[in-house]
Amino acid sequence: MAAHAHAAAPAEPLPELAGVYWRPRMTAERLQARGRLWTLTTLAHVVPFVLTAVVMVAISPYALPVAIAALAHAWVIPSLYARRGAIVTRPVRRAADGPERIALGLLGDLVDHDARELHARSGLVPEPGRLGTWLVGESGALLVQGRRVSCWCVRAADPELPSGDRVAHLLLALRADEEGFATVANLAFSGARWRVRRRLPKPRRVALDAVAA
Amino acid sequence: MSRLVRMDHTGHTTLAEWSASDPASVEAAVAAFREELDQGSIAMVTRGPGHAEHVRELPVGEQLVIMRRPIAGG
Repeated sequence: MAAHAHAAAPAEPLPELAGVYWRPRMTAERLQARGRLWTLTTLAHVVPFVLTAVVMVAISPYALPVAIAALAHAWVIPSLYARRGAIVTRPVRRAADGPERIALGLLGDLVDHDARELHARSGLVPEPGRLGTWLVGESGALLVQGRRVSCWCVRAADPELPSGDRVAHLLLALRADEEGFATVANLAFSGARWRVRRRLPKPRRVALDAVAA
Repeated sequence: MSRLVRMDHTGHTTLAEWSASDPASVEAAVAAFREELDQGSIAMVTRGPGHAEHVRELPVGEQLVIMRRPIAGG
């Protein structure tokens, strides 16, 4: 996979930014702040349930089933959030074989051999950026920054596009204006990589492992 | 020969081909380009590995100009 960082500032911001004029343009600092907010939200869900479990067992060993239920909540709630994030990589309905093949040809021209190979295995195209390494799918993208993954829900407006073209749409927009891309997209989840990884099907785990390595 | 393509339900459609030395072909390509813009498409050119640029006028010197539809948060 080629290591190419995106240009410092786009020559032309994404035209789609006009549709989300109320959103401040995403920056590395804003992204970090939103990541922290997600972590705090997760803690706010987990800590009360864990404390409840501890207190219940301390009060009475007979409260163990209640404590276990509380711990299950502490585990399941963040897991559901991570699932919501992982869903952004889900493939959309496929078009007929002909258009799919043509679209894959165009996508193949846009990326290098390693990215083509990873896309064939996982449906995701790796794309190094300034904010981190992206994994671009048909209806969203994952941004991998060390042990944190941010999951972005974003798609091309045309529902008839073949899958390769869906990916190419997002890839071109990302390459043109990475921060604008992250502004237009909706952040579905930000959290630990392992949480997202366990909610991904095996082929897409491969892609996540590849860019995290 | 340069190409103007549109990503669509067929995979992609070639809208125009032109050569900088052939003014008639350039004129036809510019017309096709503007028509696509009028229909809400966005024109992109690649600028080497990992880089692309949104353009508002047909870059006659480019080999490939790709028209895409807008994207939006899901």
